[in-house]
Amino acid sequence: MADPMRIRAQAAGDKTTVRVLMAHEMETGQRKDAAGKTIPAWFIQEVTAQLNGKTVLTAQWGPSVAKNPFLQFNLKGAKAGDKIGISWVDNKGDKRSDEATVS
Amino acid sequence: MQTRREMLSRSAQVAGMLAALGMFPGMATAQTAPYNTAAFDAKTMAELMKSLGAGAPVESKDVTITGPDIAENGAVVPVGASTALPGVKRMLLLVEKNPAMLSALFDVGDAVEANFSTRVKMGQSSNVFAVAMMNDGKVLYAAKEVKVTLGGCGG
Repeated sequence: MADPMRIRAQAAGDKTTVRVLMAHEMETGQRKDAAGKTIPAWFIQEVTAQLNGKTVLTAQWGPSVAKNPFLQFNLKGAKAGDKIGISWVDNKGDKRSDEATVS
Repeated sequence: MQTRREMLSRSAQVAGMLAALGMFPGMATAQTAPYNTAAFDAKTMAELMKSLGAGAPVESKDVTITGPDIAENGAVVPVGASTALPGVKRMLLLVEKNPAMLSALFDVGDAVEANFSTRVKMGQSSNVFAVAMMNDGKVLYAAKEVKVTLGGCGG
């Protein structure tokens, strides 16, 4: 299981800024190791964001998203105390979900 | 009296039925947005738009791409795509000279603003694009050149 995500959600007026930092290698499948063998690709493919259990954003990522990916987006209509859930699935089928509260 | 074998085959059938109906929550979300392998393999803008079933993109002032002019480290380049236009269906982030052009694809719902920031890897200096796919089928983009002093692919 991968390390937990760091999620911060801050409400300002009717807008909530959500920042997520995920811990993931994001291996492209382009690099070679010391022995000259290609390191297989390993990256997050799908990211889902939920507000109080309702999906508000889905994203698909390629291997060119940087290691330990950062994602920032703005939510409309969320208020302090609401629950933000972020989950991802990588190309090996590994997944991770974390939750944070809007402040 | 049920044998173990019957039990197993029955539960497999039920699972199959549930899956067919999209009753498994995890599978249901996977079905609404299957991972678009063709799009992430596309090498050119034309190939990419074809794989997404979209028309030719038009440059637009209403779409904004943010990023550094010069990125010291191509492995971590902060970029953002945003637009103030209503009716956005999808936002894409592309890096022109990467082995595969498409970096990230965001499906924009009603509760989310079309404004995303993330970090991408860049193999060499190239143009980065923010593409907005609208509900009415229009495809708009903005481009920005980012110079990379140290590549983020290979090495």
